[in-house]
Amino acid sequence: MVAALQRRIESLQGAPTRLTVPVHPALEGLVQLRTGASYAVDSASLALGLAAGASRSGEWVGFAGWDDFGAEAATQWGIDLRRTVLVPEPGELWLEVTAALVDVLKVVVLKPTALVDAKSASVLDARLRARSSVLVVWGEWPRVEARLSAERVVWDGVGRGRGRLDHRELRVAVTRGGQRSARDLVLQ
Amino acid sequence: MRVLVAWCPDWSVTAGLFELAETGDPGSEGRASSNQPAAVLSNNVVEVCNTAARAEGVRRGQRRRDAQARCPELVLLPANPERDARYFEPVLATVEELRPGVAPIRPGLLAVPAPGRYFGGEPHAAAIVAQRLVETGVWDCRLGVADDLFTAEQAARQALVQDCVVVPPGRSAPFVQALPVRVLADLTDGGAHGSAEGRELADLLRRLGLTTLGDFARLSAAEVSNRFGGFGLSVWQRARGGAPTALGSRTPPPELACEVGFEPPLESAEAVCFSVRTTAERFVQGLAGRQLVAVAVRIEAEADGVVTSARTWLHPRCFTSRDLVDRVHWQLQAGTAGSGLRSRRDSGAVRAAIERVRFLPETVEAAADHADGLWGGGADEQVTRGVARVQAMIGFDAVRSPVLQGGRSVADRQASIPWGERPVGLRPVDRPWPGRIPGPAPARVFSPPLLADVVDEAGRTVAVTERGVVTGEPWRYRIDAAPDVAVRRWTPVSSWAGPWPVDEAWWLSTETSGRSGRSARFQVVGVDGRAWLLVWRAAGWEVEAGYD
Repeated sequence: MVAALQRRIESLQGAPTRLTVPVHPALEGLVQLRTGASYAVDSASLALGLAAGASRSGEWVGFAGWDDFGAEAATQWGIDLRRTVLVPEPGELWLEVTAALVDVLKVVVLKPTALVDAKSASVLDARLRARSSVLVVWGEWPRVEARLSAERVVWDGVGRGRGRLDHRELRVAVTRGGQRSARDLVLQ
Repeated sequence: MRVLVAWCPDWSVTAGLFELAETGDPGSEGRASSNQPAAVLSNNVVEVCNTAARAEGVRRGQRRRDAQARCPELVLLPANPERDARYFEPVLATVEELRPGVAPIRPGLLAVPAPGRYFGGEPHAAAIVAQRLVETGVWDCRLGVADDLFTAEQAARQALVQDCVVVPPGRSAPFVQALPVRVLADLTDGGAHGSAEGRELADLLRRLGLTTLGDFARLSAAEVSNRFGGFGLSVWQRARGGAPTALGSRTPPPELACEVGFEPPLESAEAVCFSVRTTAERFVQGLAGRQLVAVAVRIEAEADGVVTSARTWLHPRCFTSRDLVDRVHWQLQAGTAGSGLRSRRDSGAVRAAIERVRFLPETVEAAADHADGLWGGGADEQVTRGVARVQAMIGFDAVRSPVLQGGRSVADRQASIPWGERPVGLRPVDRPWPGRIPGPAPARVFSPPLLADVVDEAGRTVAVTERGVVTGEPWRYRIDAAPDVAVRRWTPVSSWAGPWPVDEAWWLSTETSGRSGRSARFQVVGVDGRAWLLVWRAAGWEVEAGYD
């Protein structure tokens, strides 16, 4: 409680601090989300996993541009739907909508409908730093802190005409400023 | 104190018929007159029926089928105590205009201190009350005036339609004591339709040979108390005419609704919003003055003297005047064509010039429950404000809250409701839902599904026979109109599972609902490692979801 209040006082006193935001335990150690930064992923599940940690710790999360949002999958990742804002079709104002969501939500997951230019992205970056939020982009983004991509996905439990999808083994590659690291994971 | 009781017999039926006439069901419009035999049913048993139905042989406690057999044209109404109370409210207000201090006893029965002196005698006063009630549409009302409530009610029950029975001062005891004991069966202490205790006591007294309340009143207090308990004693006191009367008079409910008229009528939504601002503030302040906040508000807009747009808005927290103005804007815009995706340019005009806007509080809560904390509003309040900004940008319906519900296909298992609304009509999640796909849920759910093709090794489209057998092994698949270009090519299948046949809603014809009929689901994994949930229907293949 005291720590939370201190953090709040710090954030009110200006100097945006770079707080860490938890991620889902399955992605723990792979990437550490920091407020004020944007992250790119190439898979919906990874995006859900990045947002799940904040939702599990009681924060609000938002999804913009996801017209095919899987609510059940989000619940299985541990996202609390009662603290979730969904803007399935922001239309041509998607950048403004994202900026408005960044103002109030801890983690905003964006699926951009069009390519964004570097200038708009930097405006959004400034907003992220001022508001201590995290932007997760499912798709392309000009400048990101880290880029996560799912590689070599192998689904287990399914054969030729029998079984069912059970879990998958995949290698998640993290590109961070030219450096590249990878780790094998098993996801549901 | 003299008491006037107004009794509207079979009020549940009257209220039900009012509602039927108001909802304007075209099939039943001509039928919903008060002379029509009608009955209110609860648990398939007749609870109340009106005089016309009684003349046909319908009785309380009959089963629905028996009642319909006696009277085939019987109008059946569901039991709804809330509706009865709602339609009784104007009756209370009508009497309140004549004499304040109305005590609502139950829907259909009210008591008021008899306004005899002012109207020149109790029969005159009762006639005026009856006339006003008939003017509001309640033609079957009966009135009674007596020294105490019990006697007045019994007098009203003896009165003819729109008539009054006056028991002179001091004559209550002889009047009551002449009544047969079966009036106790309708005693209104326990509920709207007589208490079980009253019925039991009436039956018991009859078997003991006490036929009138006078016989009962002649017993001694100690005997009554010993044999019939507290309830019997209270009845005994009333039968002796010595029961104290305390009317639980109500305070007339405050007028919280606000409205504003425009002269001349306004043509554009912006102008209306600008003009309702002060009214919205007055509305919120009127509530705040009573330590209340509104969480649901009905907004009505009138044009040419008729309500052209009415809608109830809910708020995740509570309405401020700015929120109300926003809602007015959205509501007036929603009436115009092409408002689904609104651009900023064409948002102005409304369909008809608005001449009146009304705010009606539907649900109010104590302001203390919504007060800000010492450290400012919590995160939820900030979120509400931020979302309101997004709603102002792209429209009320564009911001959604996802919810889960029950169902077989993955698209059926979720729903999204406009932000701030409450979910209604969701299927329960905790049912087994046989036929649903177990295992991890797909992260992408396409609704509506995307078209796809699945072929076997020879290039023939794979199908599923009536026995649920695939005609060939899925070899390659292709997803048309996929959001990602990479999937639009043919992709070889690396592994697949299924078919899981489902025969849903086969009783609907395929023309009315494309979703009905035989289908079979498959999970297909391509060589690129992507997994999809495909469904085969007689019309072709579709992609319902992607395990991305």
